[in-house]
Amino acid sequence: MEINKLTAYELIKKQNAGEVTSQEIIDSLKKRTEDVDSKVKAYVRFSDKSFSNLQLTTYNLQLPLRSIPVSIKDNICTEGLNTECCSKILQGFKPPYDATVIRKLKEAGASIFGLKTNMDEFAFGSSTENSCFGPTRNPWNLECVAGGSSGGSAAAVAADEAILALGSDTGGSIRQPASFCGVVGLKPTYGRVSRYGLIAFASSLDQIGPFAKDVRDCALLTQVISGYDPNDSASVEAEVPDYTKALTNEIKGVKIGVPQEYFIQGMDAEVKDIIEEAINKLKGLGASAGQISLAHTEYAVPVYYIIATAEASSNLARFDGVQYGYRYRAGSQSLIDMYNKTRGDAFGDEAKRRIILGTFVLSHGYYDAYYLRALKVRTLIKQDFDAVFKDFDCIVTPTSPTPAFKIKEKIADPLKMYLSDIYTISANLAGIPAISLPCGFTKKGLPVGLQILARPFHEEMLFKVAYAYEQNTPWHKMKPEL
Amino acid sequence: MAIDKQTVKYIAHLARIELEPSELEKLSLQLQDILGFIDKLKKIEVKDISPTSHILAISNVLREDKPKESLPIDKAMENAPQRQGNFFVVPKVIE
Repeated sequence: MEINKLTAYELIKKQNAGEVTSQEIIDSLKKRTEDVDSKVKAYVRFSDKSFSNLQLTTYNLQLPLRSIPVSIKDNICTEGLNTECCSKILQGFKPPYDATVIRKLKEAGASIFGLKTNMDEFAFGSSTENSCFGPTRNPWNLECVAGGSSGGSAAAVAADEAILALGSDTGGSIRQPASFCGVVGLKPTYGRVSRYGLIAFASSLDQIGPFAKDVRDCALLTQVISGYDPNDSASVEAEVPDYTKALTNEIKGVKIGVPQEYFIQGMDAEVKDIIEEAINKLKGLGASAGQISLAHTEYAVPVYYIIATAEASSNLARFDGVQYGYRYRAGSQSLIDMYNKTRGDAFGDEAKRRIILGTFVLSHGYYDAYYLRALKVRTLIKQDFDAVFKDFDCIVTPTSPTPAFKIKEKIADPLKMYLSDIYTISANLAGIPAISLPCGFTKKGLPVGLQILARPFHEEMLFKVAYAYEQNTPWHKMKPEL
Repeated sequence: MAIDKQTVKYIAHLARIELEPSELEKLSLQLQDILGFIDKLKKIEVKDISPTSHILAISNVLREDKPKESLPIDKAMENAPQRQGNFFVVPKVIE
């Protein structure tokens, strides 16, 4: 039995039956990581030391994630453990506190594994190539990207170097890498999961969410991290339902909307066929599917790159070489000089591009033409979804227009990279939950992801539809050869 | 909307980012490209649309004005690149 290949659900059952211990789980993951991570590069820091202070404090059979190791994206604060957003400017930063999701994981009996997973610097990117530690590689084809920005978390789960992982999703940063790596990833409703301790990128869009090997595990981890938190002023006091109740393998009568605007030029022909087949499968299981219109889809990417960069330029103002992280020291200098040199030296290309674009759209004379206009179009995008959800239970789309692309293929052309988020961005702008799960493979053996979107705070609908699809298809059982 | 090198240089200064001349060159071209793409938003009539700054129907999230436990100063400052006692040290501000 290869313990590292099991799901959290299976491991919990085996622990209860006395067939596996928490130490065996850790050892098995550690061995796997030693064997394959030099190829995959899912983790940016990894040491034995990480385990000793993270051993379980209690062994309690009632805890929902007892002894389950969870790998954490490098932008989620873990007390005393490096959290650098894969950026030189946060070099050596050890947070003085745990993010709320980390506290919840510990309370649920989970341990923190790996320390930590790779990402695009400050979550700026769609390929994990913008990491100061270099790119993560796709376990299905090491010449391809793992997607991004949470590429390390997605690849770690896909390569069985992790049981579960957390990422963050501002415009697709969980779903797109989940799709590229053939695993399940969820962006919860805005307000469902506390952002306290998530190093902010775009505050009106950011959500933390899970990566898992299957839908049941995804529901399990979502359950643990969800809920109101007074430390996040955009956290919502809504009850968190028991998500396992949605795992019924029964979708008769579910009404699925398929947006015509998503099946347009730019979409890979193989992806199109695979998605259409998946929709037929859902119909075969008793759901009904009808064409819908999300008329403002073509504006989602430009709206996003105004709002997200504007918010980022403001959020990243705090990295100035004074309170934490890196400071440029050479030569005598004024304070302003120190800011300019620290930020000029330590931010990567994409971070500079986004901060400057965001500063521009907020600056005097351009605010109305760009930022305010984008906020108004955001209203239209949200209204499109509101209208559809009056008649449909969920929306089904591809997660990404293409399978994983080659490393270096898009990095020199930022606009081309931005367009790879075309199907995922709208969910963040509208604040709705969305899941990606594997739905097939291209002829070259790269995974393709199916995205399902639902009404705000209706994650159970995502789990219901995704679980039924998964239980009636073989994709989630496929493993990459490494 | 065109964005020239002078504007990029000015904005970079507002953002407190020093750019190498080669970076400035490259970035100006890339930003022109991106803004050209973003300009498609001008096609939409937005006159009577209200802006969405965030999607939740909550506002004015306040808490009672009661002091709570906070981080000890030492812990809050342990990441400082340079400190002296309970102060962050920065380059001289006043000549």
